Amino acid sequence: MIRSITQQKPEEELDQLLDGLIRVFIIGCGTCVTLTHTGGEPEVKTMRQRLADKGKLVTGDMILPVACDNLTSEALTEYGAQIGQSDVLLVMTCAFGVQNIARQLKKMVVPALDTLFIGKETGLGQFDEICTQCGTCILGETGGICPITSCHKGLVNGPCGGTSNGKCEIDSEKDCAWTLIYNRLKELNRLDAMRKLQKPRNHQGEPSPGKWKLKYWTKALDNE
Amino acid sequence: MISSFKKALNSGKFVITSEVAPPKGTNLEKMVHHIELLKDKVDAMNVTDHQSSVMRFPSLGGALLVKEMGGEPILQMTCRDRNRMALQADLFFAASRGINNVLCLTGDSVILGDHKEAKGVFDLDSSQLLATIRRLEKGKDLGGNDVDGTVSFCAGAIVTPEADPLEPQLIKFEKKIDAGAEFIQTQAVYDLDSFKQFMDYARQFPVKILAGIILLTSAPMARFMNKNVAGVNVPQVLIEEMASAPKGRAIEKGVEIAGRMIKRVREEKMCDGVHIMAIGKEELVPDIMASAGLN
Repeated sequence: MIRSITQQKPEEELDQLLDGLIRVFIIGCGTCVTLTHTGGEPEVKTMRQRLADKGKLVTGDMILPVACDNLTSEALTEYGAQIGQSDVLLVMTCAFGVQNIARQLKKMVVPALDTLFIGKETGLGQFDEICTQCGTCILGETGGICPITSCHKGLVNGPCGGTSNGKCEIDSEKDCAWTLIYNRLKELNRLDAMRKLQKPRNHQGEPSPGKWKLKYWTKALDNE
Repeated sequence: MISSFKKALNSGKFVITSEVAPPKGTNLEKMVHHIELLKDKVDAMNVTDHQSSVMRFPSLGGALLVKEMGGEPILQMTCRDRNRMALQADLFFAASRGINNVLCLTGDSVILGDHKEAKGVFDLDSSQLLATIRRLEKGKDLGGNDVDGTVSFCAGAIVTPEADPLEPQLIKFEKKIDAGAEFIQTQAVYDLDSFKQFMDYARQFPVKILAGIILLTSAPMARFMNKNVAGVNVPQVLIEEMASAPKGRAIEKGVEIAGRMIKRVREEKMCDGVHIMAIGKEELVPDIMASAGLN
């Protein structure tokens, strides 16, 4: 399952964001941030205490089951009174959740987390970014490993000169994507795929900001 | 117009190139001094492009200075800081000013440099930049449009003969040649027996190879490179030789070692020439050349 990977913002930054705001309502989420221990029940509890220690008044808190889900609006109405009393919502979800909440309520929101990437749990407590949703998928030529995402420079023609013992020049903990791709293609006896000179990428596969209409519905509405 | 560097490459002579590094700022004194010192001694001078991702005076400006002073520049161009539009524009400018040698590099990550929060571009990579040059020469830009006026470059790239794993690096090396590289400068080589093995493989390709020679300045510097520079492997025996130098004389030992290596590369006709990287001590390049018996 894909997950939104987050980390808590530094305390100092959070203090600045909440400066001058006294009454705070805290929102966590029961999905990704619970898994990463950044916005689940224990973290919300700790945050509540931390804010109280700093002289804030916490008007209430809640854990949304899935903050990015459409049902969030209904869940929020249950806490309408406590939310209404607050100056600000401190949102301990990923940025999808923060935006989903912000569009439902006429309240300032402060994200307590930074959303790092959309990734997959690849080991106990370990997460790797696997797709950047670039709109021009080349996995068919790279043995199913994405260099746009997994190579720091997003290179499509093989490794740079910074690769060392299968690791990336920016961090010896990070694998060199092109070593992984090379190993995979070699195993599949398809190194010829790596020898093909790839043209410059189309960076406008879906020009940002992404917006999409299903043709099925466009057609159906036209016929009405 | 065929550049004098290209003529040198094709003449069969043992080609010598070196580097000059633009300053952090507008004080060009040291670079001017290095250009003055080297312009008539070497076949061409690389002008580095924000080397190690440290922001400096631009390589294009440095290459222009070399040209104006009567030297032969090799414009280093990385893909780190410019997208395909800016790279093509800079190639036009270079061509218009008689800068006709380009070394195409992907470029180090910004994270390794002094502007760690900058956006790394990497819209193209080194092999695509080479292909871009060949396309411009045919009168078309990357957007498929006609180009007004001609460009002609002697284009090159780099290879790391001691990369680990090696084969992915060699596949890229071959792609660079297919994309249009006429010359290849190697990452620093110290183990010449292992470099000979690389050359046994590389010789089959229609490309001129210049062995990379980095001046060792001390034993700790050699150890630092082994630990931190990808694909550089200074053998223990050379580290010990550097350490054996009397106090304050390590650099002379480094000059001697570099000279000895160049001499052997030349005498054994291992490749087409050398690219000497003295990294901030370019004033020692004439000493290295003298030590190699080149004048």
